[in-house]
Amino acid sequence: MAGPSIDALGQFGLTTGLGPIGRAVNFTNSNEAMLAAATIIVALFAVGLKARALVPGRVQALVEVLYEFVHNMCVDTIGEEGRRFFPLVFTIFSFILLGNLIGLFPYFFAFTSHIAVTLALALFVFLFSTAVGFYTHGFRFLKFFVPSGVPGWLLPLLVPIEFISYLSRPVSLSVRLFANMTAGHVMWEVFAGFMLLLTAGLGVFGAIASVVPLGLNVALAALELLVAGLQAYVFAILTCLYLHDAVHMH
Amino acid sequence: MSDGPEKTVFEERLQAAEDAASGPKRRKAGKSDAGSAQRAIELAMRLGVEMVAAMVIAVVIGWGLDRLLHTKPWLMILMVPVGLAAGLRNLLRAERGK
Repeated sequence: MAGPSIDALGQFGLTTGLGPIGRAVNFTNSNEAMLAAATIIVALFAVGLKARALVPGRVQALVEVLYEFVHNMCVDTIGEEGRRFFPLVFTIFSFILLGNLIGLFPYFFAFTSHIAVTLALALFVFLFSTAVGFYTHGFRFLKFFVPSGVPGWLLPLLVPIEFISYLSRPVSLSVRLFANMTAGHVMWEVFAGFMLLLTAGLGVFGAIASVVPLGLNVALAALELLVAGLQAYVFAILTCLYLHDAVHMH
Repeated sequence: MSDGPEKTVFEERLQAAEDAASGPKRRKAGKSDAGSAQRAIELAMRLGVEMVAAMVIAVVIGWGLDRLLHTKPWLMILMVPVGLAAGLRNLLRAERGK
């Protein structure tokens, strides 16, 4: 068939950005999006906190709401020690949130739709929380894998289960974010492809009928906005939970 | 005399503002509908992946050990129920919010 076809995964392909310099050092469009996300966050805070008004303006209010939201999440989930981890959690949350959000715009690349990126983030969180556990408790942290109050003969069975449950954390953390972002963008592409196929196949009647996939895409846009925020939130709150486990060991 | 009704209107508005400001605190207790809905969506996003992830890790460990020890496929088969149990453990832990 010579007409338009649906290439749902083509949008995730990496190209090089920044012209010849980018080609020389393999600076990809994914890196461009990461840089954009980081720049937007820093710019938002630089602009929002410049006034330091007692009664905040619009940008300052946005920045303060974002700050307090993550700060409350840290203190509520980890406890008072959570203040120490606030910079880390806030960086992860805002980076993923901005990455998800700018990925929703046309011509922008959703870098959170690559498992390489999300797995790197999740492995960092995993290794960091494990390191915090050993730093706080020393080798007593290994007791985390020994559930309390079970008879000794069950331990050879329960310790591997706890260990695998612990090891599965970076996998579930990364796959969840990656799968949600990829699925959303694929659905968009597929419905947009339907519109082209309908128009090519049925002419004017198909063009009228393609209002249906267009409406679905509009509805999906709202859903994707929700998912973008929610996935950043889930990633951040799970980071907090893992740090809570590392600090309190239960 | 004339400031009587005005005062009550102001107090009503103050009360409403205070209620709005203390919203997040009530949500923390899990009482309000918005809080439980948010938690439900959060759980729905988590649970499926939690279960599969434990299974995948267990099978990969079994497969790797089999390759190392030349015991194909017994350790992998042994690890499947362990992975299932670890997945259920993940679910229980996620449901308790810890």
